[in-house]
Amino acid sequence: MRGRSFVTGLVVAAGSAAGAIALGRRAARRRERVELYFGDGSLVTLSAGSPGADRLLSSARRLLAAARG
Amino acid sequence: MAQTPDALRELTEISTQIEAAVVLDREGAVVASTLDDERAGRLAAAALELLGAAEEQGESLVQLDVVLRDGVVFVVADGDRVITATTGPEPTAGLVFYDLKSCLRALGGEEKPKAAAKPRARRAPAKKASTRKKADDAGT
Repeated sequence: MRGRSFVTGLVVAAGSAAGAIALGRRAARRRERVELYFGDGSLVTLSAGSPGADRLLSSARRLLAAARG
Repeated sequence: MAQTPDALRELTEISTQIEAAVVLDREGAVVASTLDDERAGRLAAAALELLGAAEEQGESLVQLDVVLRDGVVFVVADGDRVITATTGPEPTAGLVFYDLKSCLRALGGEEKPKAAAKPRARRAPAKKASTRKKADDAGT
């Protein structure tokens, strides 16, 4: 009986952890950001609020608005 | 209205994620577009501004994407040519970049002189010389 409740607790804990990770990843995917790819194969990611990102984000917003009329 | 060459038409047919695409040169002149002139011009100006600001982060920039809440903006630069495209949220970025690069390459090909684009006449495949000896020869 005691062993069974331990397993149930473990399953619930694992499920909660997996759910939290999935939600975190989903939120990160939706966060506004700029990804810059360079000729040497390197990648720089600038998240909203970081230095240099806001100017790029506002240009991109204007571009998207122009595309959608 | 700016031209919509075959390469750009194919791009929007193949890549259903792409909503709009504009090809421009480094001076901001629209070379080809899927949009009307006015919108293409505004989009090209914004793309040039975006690329200029991005290149301040590093000169060897080849491509970029900007993930916004309601869509994603892609820019790919290749020499004097730049292609920019917009998609809805959460596109397959790798595929979009691949399609944009292919389109830019194809556009470069479309503008080459016709003589260069003329397909080569196909030759019949050469018959393979058999190295296997006939059974009779092998027996002797």
